[in-house]
Amino acid sequence: MSFLLRRLGFYAVTAWVALTINFFIPRAMPGNAVQSIMAKFPDLQPSAYQALEAMLGVGHPGSIWHQYGSYLVDVAHFNFGTDVTQYPTQVSTLLAESIPWTLTLVGSATVIAFLIGTGLGIVAGWRHGGALDRALPGLMFLQAIPYFFFALILLELFASKLHVFPLGQGYGEGLVPGWHWAFIGSAIYHSLLPALTIVLTSIAGWMLQMRNVMITTTGEDYVIAGQAKGLHNRRVIFTYAARNAILPQLQGFGLALGFVVSGALIMEIVFSYPGIGLLLLNAVSSNDYPLMQAIFLVITFAVLVANMIVDLIIVFADPRARAREATR
Amino acid sequence: MTAILPITADTAALPQEDARPGRWRRMPAKAKVGAVLLGLFVLAAIIGPLVAPYDPGFQNPAPGLSLHAPYGAHLLGTTQTGQDVLSQLLTGIRLTGELAVIVGVVATALSVIVGVTAAFLGGVWDEVLSLVSNVFLVIPALPLLIVLLGYLQTKGQDATILVLSGLGWPWGARVIRAQTLAIRNRDFIAAARETGEKSWRIIAFEIIPNEVSLIAASFVNTVLYAIGASVALAFIGVADLNSWSLGTMLYWAESQQALQLGAWWWFVPPGVVVALMGAGLVLLNTGIDELGNPRLRDASSASRIAGHWLPPADPTPVLAELSRHRGKLAGFVHSFSRSSLLDETEGGQAR
Repeated sequence: MSFLLRRLGFYAVTAWVALTINFFIPRAMPGNAVQSIMAKFPDLQPSAYQALEAMLGVGHPGSIWHQYGSYLVDVAHFNFGTDVTQYPTQVSTLLAESIPWTLTLVGSATVIAFLIGTGLGIVAGWRHGGALDRALPGLMFLQAIPYFFFALILLELFASKLHVFPLGQGYGEGLVPGWHWAFIGSAIYHSLLPALTIVLTSIAGWMLQMRNVMITTTGEDYVIAGQAKGLHNRRVIFTYAARNAILPQLQGFGLALGFVVSGALIMEIVFSYPGIGLLLLNAVSSNDYPLMQAIFLVITFAVLVANMIVDLIIVFADPRARAREATR
Repeated sequence: MTAILPITADTAALPQEDARPGRWRRMPAKAKVGAVLLGLFVLAAIIGPLVAPYDPGFQNPAPGLSLHAPYGAHLLGTTQTGQDVLSQLLTGIRLTGELAVIVGVVATALSVIVGVTAAFLGGVWDEVLSLVSNVFLVIPALPLLIVLLGYLQTKGQDATILVLSGLGWPWGARVIRAQTLAIRNRDFIAAARETGEKSWRIIAFEIIPNEVSLIAASFVNTVLYAIGASVALAFIGVADLNSWSLGTMLYWAESQQALQLGAWWWFVPPGVVVALMGAGLVLLNTGIDELGNPRLRDASSASRIAGHWLPPADPTPVLAELSRHRGKLAGFVHSFSRSSLLDETEGGQAR
């Protein structure tokens, strides 16, 4: 248990660092958020300056520690302030609308890509030099393509030219979001091409890692011993080699998640998918600082939670992690 | 071809059966392809802007030249405002390449400093530096980059380089720290200590030379990260949109609806160039990996060398230990053995 507690401690430190950076960025950066918003909207009267300051909380009332304290309290209550462009909508409302979209799409597509990639990696590592193993350089080319560019190509091919998939958006026009089949069906249909983008571009990375660890594991004595005993190949592959090779792979999953999610967010923009990524683009293009910062926090916390889940799985899957705890 | 030199040079650092000439021929095929690809882009970055047929920003007002498909005078067609796509591409390769190389150098230097310092000083310094690297590894970089650059009024090349370098070092620092820990207790370091060598001398002349291939791999990875991040940032508009980089090209193509207008020649070239650069770097890195760890090598090449089917030989114990700390595989196995503050396996292994 203390292993998990220490991991929890690490995540607490990371969360605190992210929160603190987020607090100090607007105060340390040379720019002035209010001025750039004023520049963006020339219609605003000069008298709006103070109102904007108060709204954004950048007028800096009180001492910095006082501000810091109330900032932490606000974040704990999911109070990220008021949105600038869609005034007076709360930032948290905008987030609540787009998080489910991203979570469903990016979450499930990433897990699917991880599972397929790991499975292919097991095969490629076991049959080292086989057909699948030789296809790897081609797959690595897929991996090197930026997500959003791959999305553009898929959109061009399957939506513009072949009309197999819709040209973006999260669901068909005229549908009211809700728990009825017309909407759910349309949402699934609209998410297929974005999901395909994530799966195809990230699969090679998982596969390459798993293959490499698998090759190293396959050379271990206990695997050879298993084969020498005359065990069935399937048993040697899965219970002897892959079972051990998957642990570093799982740990890799936790950390690479940040990259994968970031890439997937940019991809959402291409599909005009109503998730966090599109929200982020709108925030950037309209200098909507409160929204930008809230999105940074949300993504960071999502990655931290995912990492914690991965840790739990590792403790469950790796007897050594538990044994180490028992002996101390 | 300049890209190959540091890589081929450091193979000499590894124990090899024979060092006869023809090293290039014995390099893994993947590394060769990667090196050639990168060589082409380095060439394009150097002479590109000089041979570009037009000024990339020049908007040709001729009525027929808006969104013209590729033809003789405009080999890659024109944009909506009649700008030449090929000229933009050649200018963009230089700008993006320049940024990636500078970020690679700065961030790799930072990771060497942090990694070696952490491993060499040990104790609290090590714990703190490791914790900082781990924290910044877990925090997703792209949203943080967006917030940081979003607040800057001038989102020029320099600001992007600064921010990308500032966030690009933790990965390399972890790997280099692990390697330094492994080397630190070797006999030759002990010998150097016994002869009274100063710490900085041991670091500069005993430790760093033994990590050249690792540093090279870390540099390649950082360049890859810099290209990906800068292009993604520019794509969403967090960049100097008046400059021509591969990212801003994609930004303009997207914002002026190149896709909807069917102008594939506008958005395909920059994306393909980014993908080829990335593929070249990944291939090169895999090649470096295979050079050090023969097991990962393509089995077909082994059989070709031996004349008959022969699986790649097991690495000698020393090589195995070395290779465990390099490149992708090693990066993963090692960078995820947790920070020394929270997990003891890593430190226990190395000491």
